[in-house]
Amino acid sequence: MILRFLKPLFSHLDGPLLGLLALLLLVSTVVVFSAVGENSERLVSHLTNIGVALTAMLLASHIPPQRLMQFTLPVYIVGLSLLLGVALFGIVVNGSRRWLELGITRIQPSELMRLAAPMMLAWYFHYKQETLRGRDYIVAALLLVLPVGLIAKQPDLGTSLLIAASGFYVLFLGGLPWKVLIGAAAAVGAALPLAWNYLLHDYQQQRVRTLIDPASDPLGAGYHIIQSTIAVGSGGLTGKGWMAGTQTHLDFLPERSTDFIFAVFSEEFGLIGNLFLLLIYAAIIWRGLQLAAGAPSLFGRLLSGAIVLTFFTYAFVNMGMVSGILPVVGVPLPLVSYGGTSMLTVLTGFGIVMSLATHKKLVKT
Amino acid sequence: MSTLRLINPEQEFQRYRRRMEIAGICAVLLFLGLFSRFVWLQIAQFERFHALAESNRISLVPAAPSRGVIYDRQSTVLAHNFSASTLEITPSKAGKLDDTVNRLAEIVAIETSDRKRFKKLLAESKNFESIPIRNLLTEEEAARFSVNRYRFPGVEIKARQFRQYPLGAGFSHVVGYIGRIGEKDQQRLIDEGLDTNYKGTDHIGKLGIEARYEAWLHGRTGIEKVETDSGGRAVRVLSRTAPIAGHNIYLHLDAKLQQVAEEVFGDYRGALVALDPRNGGVLTLVSKPGFDPNLFVDGIDSATWHELNTSPDRPLVNRALRGVYPPGSTIKPFMGLAGVELGVRTPSYTISDPGYFALSGSSHRYRDWKKDGHGMVDLKRSITISCDTYYYGLAHQMGIERMAGFLSHFGFGRKTGIDLDGELSGLLPTPEWKKRRFKQPWWPGETVVAGIGQGYVLTTPMQLAVATMAIANDGIVYKPQLIRAWRDAATGKMGYAAPQAMERIKLTPAFLRLVKEAMVDVTRPGGTASIAGANTPYLFAGKTGTAQVVGIKQGAKYVESQVSARNRDHALFIAFAPADNPKIVVAVMVENGGHGGSTAAPIARKVIDYWLLGKLPKVLAPAEPEATPAPDEVEDHGPVEEPHSADTAITEVIPQ
Repeated sequence: MILRFLKPLFSHLDGPLLGLLALLLLVSTVVVFSAVGENSERLVSHLTNIGVALTAMLLASHIPPQRLMQFTLPVYIVGLSLLLGVALFGIVVNGSRRWLELGITRIQPSELMRLAAPMMLAWYFHYKQETLRGRDYIVAALLLVLPVGLIAKQPDLGTSLLIAASGFYVLFLGGLPWKVLIGAAAAVGAALPLAWNYLLHDYQQQRVRTLIDPASDPLGAGYHIIQSTIAVGSGGLTGKGWMAGTQTHLDFLPERSTDFIFAVFSEEFGLIGNLFLLLIYAAIIWRGLQLAAGAPSLFGRLLSGAIVLTFFTYAFVNMGMVSGILPVVGVPLPLVSYGGTSMLTVLTGFGIVMSLATHKKLVKT
Repeated sequence: MSTLRLINPEQEFQRYRRRMEIAGICAVLLFLGLFSRFVWLQIAQFERFHALAESNRISLVPAAPSRGVIYDRQSTVLAHNFSASTLEITPSKAGKLDDTVNRLAEIVAIETSDRKRFKKLLAESKNFESIPIRNLLTEEEAARFSVNRYRFPGVEIKARQFRQYPLGAGFSHVVGYIGRIGEKDQQRLIDEGLDTNYKGTDHIGKLGIEARYEAWLHGRTGIEKVETDSGGRAVRVLSRTAPIAGHNIYLHLDAKLQQVAEEVFGDYRGALVALDPRNGGVLTLVSKPGFDPNLFVDGIDSATWHELNTSPDRPLVNRALRGVYPPGSTIKPFMGLAGVELGVRTPSYTISDPGYFALSGSSHRYRDWKKDGHGMVDLKRSITISCDTYYYGLAHQMGIERMAGFLSHFGFGRKTGIDLDGELSGLLPTPEWKKRRFKQPWWPGETVVAGIGQGYVLTTPMQLAVATMAIANDGIVYKPQLIRAWRDAATGKMGYAAPQAMERIKLTPAFLRLVKEAMVDVTRPGGTASIAGANTPYLFAGKTGTAQVVGIKQGAKYVESQVSARNRDHALFIAFAPADNPKIVVAVMVENGGHGGSTAAPIARKVIDYWLLGKLPKVLAPAEPEATPAPDEVEDHGPVEEPHSADTAITEVIPQ
C-alpha cells in the first residue's frame, strides 16, 4: 500500500546515480564529523542540509522539462537583474560586493546564476536548433558574458570562472566549431597577460603567485596551501586514521570543514582513500553523462551535460587547490564540504539531470 | 558563418556524443593528473611531509634545571632557590600592551619600576616569549588575577624559581649574584656551544662563585616533547627528559667567621682575607662596604645602580682582589728573609738607627717613622718594632732586581689564582718595568722606599694573605681556593677540591724560625701590635703596616688630625696563629684606618679569637647577626647595566 503510494514519488529518480550520491554523502558525513571536531550540533546541521538538499533534488526531478524551459528565461532575467542590483546596491562583505539585502534576508544572486546561466544557454540552443547560425554562438556567448562579467566585478573570480565554465560546456556540447574554439583559446592565451594586469585584483594575483611559491608568504596567503599540502602529503598511503589527523585536530588546517575538507579526508584516509573518492566522483560523472546523453531533448542534453561537467569541474578545482596545483579559489568540494548552499545547488542540479532523463514520454520533440 | 544551415537531428546527436566523449576523456585525464599529484605528495614526498607535520605538532620545550645551592663549610646556605608566582605577558597574544598593563594594575600592584623593567625586557625579547610584569605575586594577588583571567588573553601566572642570597651584603663579593642573560652572555654561550643548554634559563652567574662555577651550578636542561596545536598551546606531553640540577657547592668559607669579620670591621672600608694555611682554603673574604646581591637578580633599578656605582665608598669593588695598596711595613718580614737568605745580611747584623737613611752623596733623608730612631736594631728587632731605617739600607744593598726576584716567590706581583674572576696582580716593580711603563730609568731612591713597601710596590689583600701563608707554612704556598667540595646532582656523589701547592720556597729553617719569632714578638709588649696581642692563649704572629696615601713633603710631619679622612694612611696587618702550628692566616687592610697596630691588628685578633677559641666579639654574642628576609620582603628592581663592566681598581697615590 505504502509502497504503491511512494513509488510515483521516486519515479523520476535514477537508482544508480542516487546510490552513488548517497555513498558520497556518507563519506561526507564521516569526514565532516572529524573536521568539526566531533561537534554533534554541526553534525546535525550537516545532516539537515543533506536532507533539505535531497528533498530539493526529489522535487526537481518532478519538474517536467517543458516547465523548466518555461521558467528559464524569467529566472535568467531575474538573476541578471539581481546581479545588476548587487552591482548598484549590494553590501560589501569581506571586501567584495556579493550580497543583496532584501529586508528580512540577504541573498547571493551569483548562486542562482550557477544553474540559471547554463539553463539559459541550453534553452537558447534548443530554441534555435532548427535555424542555428554562426551569430547564434555570439548571442549565446553574450548571454554568458553578462552574468560572468558582473560576478567577476564583485569581485568573485572563482564563481564567475565556474559559471563561465558551465556556459562553455553548453557551447561546447552544442557544437561550437573547433575553429572558433581554437581561435578563442588563442585569444584567451594572448589576453592573459593583459587580464593579469588590468582585470585581476591584487589579492587574486597574490593567490596565483602564492601557488607558484607558497613559501614566499608562509604566514599569509601561503599558509593555507602549505598546511593543506602537508596534510595531504603526511597522509601517506593509508592515512593517519579517522579522527587522528594531526593537521586537522591540532588546528593547523584552515577552513577544514568547508573548502579544505579534502585535506582532512586525505590526511586521515591517505592515497587509498583519495583513489576511492576519485572513483566515486568518476562514477557519478559517468552515470550523469549517460543520463545526459539519454535525454530526449536538446535542451535536456545540453543542460544535463553542462551540469555534470560543472560538477566535475568543482571537484577537480577543489582537489587541485587543496593539493597545491591550482590557486586558492573559494570552491567547496561538491557534496563533501560542510555547507548548505552548495549542497542545495548541486543536488538540485542532479534532480534536474534526473528529470531531464526520465521525462521521456512527456516531452514532444 | 552567417549562412543558414539546417541541421539533421541524427547528425546533431552524433556530434553531441562525440563532444561528450571528448569531455569525458578530458575529465578522466584531469583526474589522472590529480591522482598522480596525490601519488607524488603521499608516496614520493611522504617522508618530507610526515616530518613537516610532526614538526608542526611537536615542539621541544626546555625544562630548566634548578640551580645548585651554595653552602659554606658548615652547610649554611649562601645562595638558594625558591619558587614564586610571576605574572607574565606574552606580547604576541596580548593585544595592546599598554592597555593590558594598565588594566592589570587595577588588580595587582604594578610599580613604575615594574613597568620600566617590563619595557626593557620587552625590547630584548622576542614577541612570543613570555615576559614577567610582576614578580613574587602574593597569594591574594594571584587569586584576584585568576578570577579576572578571562579579561586578559596572553597574560598568565607562572611559577618561576628565584635566586636568593639569605646572608645579603656581607657575602656579595664572594658569592656574587646571578642576573638576566644579556646579549654578551648569550654570545659567549653561543661561542662556547652552550646555548642549547640554556634554553629555558633566564639567568646566569655574573659575579663571584656564581660566575666562576656557572658550569657546575647551572645543571643540565631537560626536554619535554609536547604536542601543540597551531596556537602553540600544549595539548599533551609525549616524552620528557628530566632536567638535572646543578652541583651544590660547598665552600671553605665560614659564614660565621665572615660575619664576625664584617662586624669587627665596623664602619671602615677595607678588606680582610683569612686562609687556612694547611690547604689554601679561603675561610673569609670580606670587602667593605658590600652591597645586597639580591638587588641584581632581576635587574636593579637605575637609581640604586647609579648610587652604588658612583658612591665614593665604591661598594661594587672587591677590595680583597681588586684593591691594590702599598703593603707598607707588612713587607718587612719578607724583606728580612730576603736579606738573610740572599746573604745580604746575617741575623745578627746590627745597625744604629739615627731615625733616617741617606744615600751617599745625597742630602735626601729617608725618615724612619720614629723621628729619633730606634737605636741598635738587628733583624729580629727590625720586624718587632718595624724599623724603617734597617730596610732602607737593606733594600739599597740588595738592589731592586734581587728583591723582586725573591719576593715574587711569595706571590707578590702576580695573581694568586683564587677561584674568583677579576683578580688584579698588584705590582712588584723592576727597572725594566719602569722603563716599559714610564720610559724612565730606575732611581736608587726608588729601591730604598720599596724596601718599606712604599713607592711602586702594590699588593692586594689577597696577595698579602698568600705571602703570609708562605711564612706560616715554612715556604709552601697553596693556591687560595673558595671551593671545598661539590655534590654532583646526577650521581649524588661528593667531589673534593685538592689543595694546590703553587710554590715550595726553599727557606733556611733557622732564618724562618727567627722571622716567625720576630712576628710573635710584634704582638708582645714592645712590639707594634702589643695592645692588640695582649693576653692571647695562643702564639699570635703578626706584622703591622701603615701605607701612605699621600706623599709627605721633605721636612714636613704627618699629623693625622690635619689630613682629610680620605687621605689618611691605610692600616694593614698580616697575621697567623697559632704560630707554632698555624691554622689561620689573616690579612687586614683598613682604608684610611691610620695605624696598622691600632686599627687593623685588633680586627685580626678578634677574627683569630673566634676561629681558634670560638670567642664571639661582644657585638655579635650571642644572637644571630642577621635575619633571613622572607621572600615577600624581597623587592624586585628595574633592570640596568651590569656592574663591573669597567676595569675598576683602587690605585693609590704614589708618594714622591
